[in-house]
Amino acid sequence: MTGNDFLQLGFYLIILVLLALPLGRYMAKVLQGEKTFVDTVLGPLEKLVYRVCGIDSDKEMNWREYAVSLMAFNILGIVTLFILQMIQGLLPFNPQGFSAMRWDLALNTAVSFATNTNWQAYSGESTMSYFTQMAGLTVHNFVSAATGIAVAVAMIRGFTRKQVKTIGNFWVDLTRSTLKILLPLSIVGALLLVSQGVIQNLSPYLTVNTFQGGSQTLAMGPVASQEAIKELGTNGGGFFNANSAHPFENPTPFSNLLEMLFILVIPVGLTFTFGHMVKDTKQGWVLFAAALILFVLMTGVSYSSEIAGNPLISKIGISGASAMEGKEVRFGVVNSALFATITTVTSCGAVNTMHDSLTPLGGLIPILAIMLGECVFGGVGAGLYSIFTFVILTVFIVGLMVGRTPEYLGKKIEGFEMKMAVSAVLIPSTCILLGSALASVIPAGTSSLANAGPHGLSEMLYAFSSASGNNGSAFAGLSANTYFYNIALSMAMFIGRFGVILPLLAIAGSMAGKKVTPVSAGTFQTTGGLFAGLLAGVIVIIGALTFFPALALGPIVEQLMMWVGKAF
Amino acid sequence: MIKMKILRRAFMLLLVMTIITGIAYPLAVTGLAQVIFPHQANGSLIVQNGQAVGSELIGQNFSDPRYFHGRPSTAGKDGYDAASSGGSNSGPTNRSFLDTAAQRADEVRKENGLSPDAPVPSDLITASASGLEPYITPAAAQIQVTRVAKARNMSVQKVQVLLDQCTKGRQFGFLGEPRVNVLQLNLALDTQ
Repeated sequence: MTGNDFLQLGFYLIILVLLALPLGRYMAKVLQGEKTFVDTVLGPLEKLVYRVCGIDSDKEMNWREYAVSLMAFNILGIVTLFILQMIQGLLPFNPQGFSAMRWDLALNTAVSFATNTNWQAYSGESTMSYFTQMAGLTVHNFVSAATGIAVAVAMIRGFTRKQVKTIGNFWVDLTRSTLKILLPLSIVGALLLVSQGVIQNLSPYLTVNTFQGGSQTLAMGPVASQEAIKELGTNGGGFFNANSAHPFENPTPFSNLLEMLFILVIPVGLTFTFGHMVKDTKQGWVLFAAALILFVLMTGVSYSSEIAGNPLISKIGISGASAMEGKEVRFGVVNSALFATITTVTSCGAVNTMHDSLTPLGGLIPILAIMLGECVFGGVGAGLYSIFTFVILTVFIVGLMVGRTPEYLGKKIEGFEMKMAVSAVLIPSTCILLGSALASVIPAGTSSLANAGPHGLSEMLYAFSSASGNNGSAFAGLSANTYFYNIALSMAMFIGRFGVILPLLAIAGSMAGKKVTPVSAGTFQTTGGLFAGLLAGVIVIIGALTFFPALALGPIVEQLMMWVGKAF
Repeated sequence: MIKMKILRRAFMLLLVMTIITGIAYPLAVTGLAQVIFPHQANGSLIVQNGQAVGSELIGQNFSDPRYFHGRPSTAGKDGYDAASSGGSNSGPTNRSFLDTAAQRADEVRKENGLSPDAPVPSDLITASASGLEPYITPAAAQIQVTRVAKARNMSVQKVQVLLDQCTKGRQFGFLGEPRVNVLQLNLALDTQ
């Protein structure tokens, strides 16, 4: 490890927290409907949206109405995005003349973007018109992230309200999150990225005559506007196939720093938002601390493994880092390992390095981060509501140990909440394990593999983890554009998204109706280092118990084989 | 009936959001970018005699000994296809990838007149993630200096000076890694 690598890691973390603190406070104001400095411009726009859509912004919803509105909006989104891809050939902004996609690919992409997964079985520059990219994919980058924030804020209301039935208004939460949080940040973010060389135009692809006398066709497009929200909304669907490794998406080390900041700034900020909304900032800090412990640990493993590198390559007789396959020189090992961790602890899934070519343990970290439920800061909104699931499990386990009724923020955690919280953990885990088990025993699953040996299992495990966890990154050697993977992964994405959201909204509804028990000497404090440590421990133990056997057969055994010099 | 009302609201909100975030937002950013950063927004093109010959951010295929060579590329059929980006996705224990890497190392050694056990900079035997990376490490450029000078009948010192000029340090002194833009270096050689 060089001093400069340390410097880059430390600098990133410090800037991240410095940006997330004020953003967290700002988001709390926006989500509670307070006035902020953006209201002069965006206030009237927000009101106009409500008027056009016939939304009564003062009307509150109970959890069932909230859930029905959310599902209606998202399913409609899937249907319209599917149709858009099937008729893109008839629509404007299509200088390359791309025609309709195959139905299973269009379905996969529609579910993928509406669920904030952004798994890409397609290759952007060779299938998607500019219109589909803008009016389809970019829109869902915004609203799927806003859906996540809405669910998180509904849960916070459940914790803070006393003996009421309602948890907010879905339309209002969605609109405010989009217009006042995601949109202004994206505009600033996109322009910063363009300054570094990210392209933003509507020109047809440009063919040039190269130095050596050949020709090269440069893909063009409105990239920066999608790039900014792709990171800020932890979506991760690249404009191009190579995603954030493509020089037109991520040209410089500074653009890379910006993108890494964009991915985590809202999820980290939301832990602080939570503190402000429950009027006890310590409650926010403790969630931040638990996530930070796990984040630093995972970054450490990922970085060390990539620096230690690939002995099978070192054997050839090389200088420099041995694990450079699938990495870009301008980012180097440290920024590749850091990006890989950031993109998978969140539900982002953008990549600046090809995860399939990471060292086995370096590749284990992204899979594990997704398997843990992306609660280490996690996706926009999705991370916070996943952390709440583990908070509930933690106070329950602690309650069992000390023999008291578990409580969180003065609310009793009872049988119903436990059933729902456990469902929210089990549903995606089941999708991951059953899905990859199925894929590994049928030819339709194994014929798509690009690598033999244990790495092949890792590819399938990664695919189902990524889909169920709504991440979207991949061990991309797997040929995922087949009927089997397109359909199976669509199902995993849908269940992994709404199979978590619905139980959690039910918890929000049930919590909102409860009384607040006054704090007494026997109340277990959910602030402070002890609770942060317990929370981090519960996350790791549940993840390890569920997934260790599968991981042992994939990346762990591959690492051991690599050390003894075996190739497949 | 209540359900119809929800569906209508969902549809209207989706439509309004499509107009705001899917049309107004990208077009507004396009407009601003084209005014403030027109060079970057249009692909950082390198123009020679009024004709674009490439982008300073996108690598090109170089096999001629007179040029510095970039990294192996898996973009498209022949590499450096800027309408078909992507990496090899070869895993670390993939035998065919390891064989290819060893073969590339031998080629690099032969091309540059190195001894058969000389260490080869790793970026010259591994494919980048995008397949379009325009950069190599300074070490990877250094071992090509003598070959390029010989092929061009130039003095080694002269090529070295150009290489030093085209070597970029870390951004702001600490971000990323030191690197050489192969395209710009070759352009500098050609315009000598």
